Amino acid sequence: MITYIKNVVSLKLDVHICTGCNMCINVCPHNVFLLKEKRAYITNIDACMECGACQLNCPENAISVLSGVGCAAGIIQGYLKGTDPTCGCETDNCC
Amino acid sequence: MDYIVDYIGIDRKIPVVATFLNSYDRLVAIKARWAINRNDYKIPPGIYAVGNPDEKANVFVTANYKLSFDHLRSNIAGMNAWILVLDTKGINVWCAAGKGTFGTNELINRIRSCDIEKLVSHRKIIVPQLGAVGVSAHEVKNETGFKVIYGPVRAVDIPSFISANLRATESMRTVKFTLSDRLILTPVELVGHFKYIISLLVLMILLGGFKNSTFSFNDMFDSGIVVTVSLLCAYIGGAVITPLLLPWLPARSFAMKGLIVGVAISIVLYFAQLTGTNIIESISLMFIIVASTSFISMNFTGASTYTSLSGVKKEMKTAVPMQLIFFLTGLLTWIILRFI
Ligand code: SF4
Ligand code: SF4
Repeated sequence: MITYIKNVVSLKLDVHICTGCNMCINVCPHNVFLLKEKRAYITNIDACMECGACQLNCPENAISVLSGVGCAAGIIQGYLKGTDPTCGCETDNCC
Repeated sequence: MDYIVDYIGIDRKIPVVATFLNSYDRLVAIKARWAINRNDYKIPPGIYAVGNPDEKANVFVTANYKLSFDHLRSNIAGMNAWILVLDTKGINVWCAAGKGTFGTNELINRIRSCDIEKLVSHRKIIVPQLGAVGVSAHEVKNETGFKVIYGPVRAVDIPSFISANLRATESMRTVKFTLSDRLILTPVELVGHFKYIISLLVLMILLGGFKNSTFSFNDMFDSGIVVTVSLLCAYIGGAVITPLLLPWLPARSFAMKGLIVGVAISIVLYFAQLTGTNIIESISLMFIIVASTSFISMNFTGASTYTSLSGVKKEMKTAVPMQLIFFLTGLLTWIILRFI
């Protein structure tokens, strides 16, 4: 997989409240997590695309990430309209 | 509704769908790739059957975008299963999950309104992994009793996922971005930027008719060719070449990748003597090419499968001012040249 810009990702994991349920590993499309001794660890943070799936599916709320679409057109649109970056899926090609 | 082949059910009629795609389905897929009538590809949300499912059959969830639905049904040929189609306003799973329409609430409501509880005796529901961006598995479980099992990212892996007792291997869970994935996206990229590039082209062709502040059709024709070639190359550079060469362009940010492609295109055009006769004009055209290629390439972040919001914001901070400066310098110089 190609790596994107490094050291910018907002992903955080609180290992202490993790119960090792494996959900984050199941949902992450970029294999960012690894399970070691019944706890999840972030192994490959630069691969994270901030989709937010892990945060939403962690039953213990151990994960936080500022999720959103990594889409320049969406960011420009959001900036012009003063809203959050959105992906214009209905109207154009984004995603 | 030519995908419906039959109806089953005792107390209600559930449509049975075909698992082979006919020529119409394929035509729709091609049109969708070129962004033609993108809003016409909706499937009515609800429950569908594949084969002859009973109360033990698996339940697959998908979006009501025709391509998502077609993809699923054609990859579960030969199985007896249920398909639960969520109302995602005709948008594919990943996009809709990002927007929240393929989401926890819609799934909970759809499980209830379609009475999945009466349809099957087990309490498992298979959701495509990319839907996890919008679905919270534990909330669905709390509300409905159904355990969400995330299936593979690609529908082709469903048969192996089923035979492995609903376990997705690491490679099934990983999003890839192969050459063919990128190739499929290029038509949409081309269509997406078409109107901007055409407006710029028309403007430059018209202004190209001026030389020493006087207009002539001959000059318009001559410079029109130069401008058309330059802009077309920039357009193809950003919408096709950058996406295809993505892994091999030596930069991380998409804007920089595009800049490299733009510079390469400029150099080739310059030596092919396709950037006009005047050196200042050539340089101004190169500025326009580089800025446009970089900008269009940067927009491919939206189609890519690995860019983070934080990353794109970071690259835009430096790239957008640079693109604007390049573009305006190039365009203004080019225009001024016609009037002195
Ligand atoms: S935000 Fe998405 S890509 Fe990043 S770690 Fe979580 S699931 Fe993986
Ligand atoms: S989903 Fe949460 S609790 Fe489960 S393994 Fe991951 S971090 Fe730990």
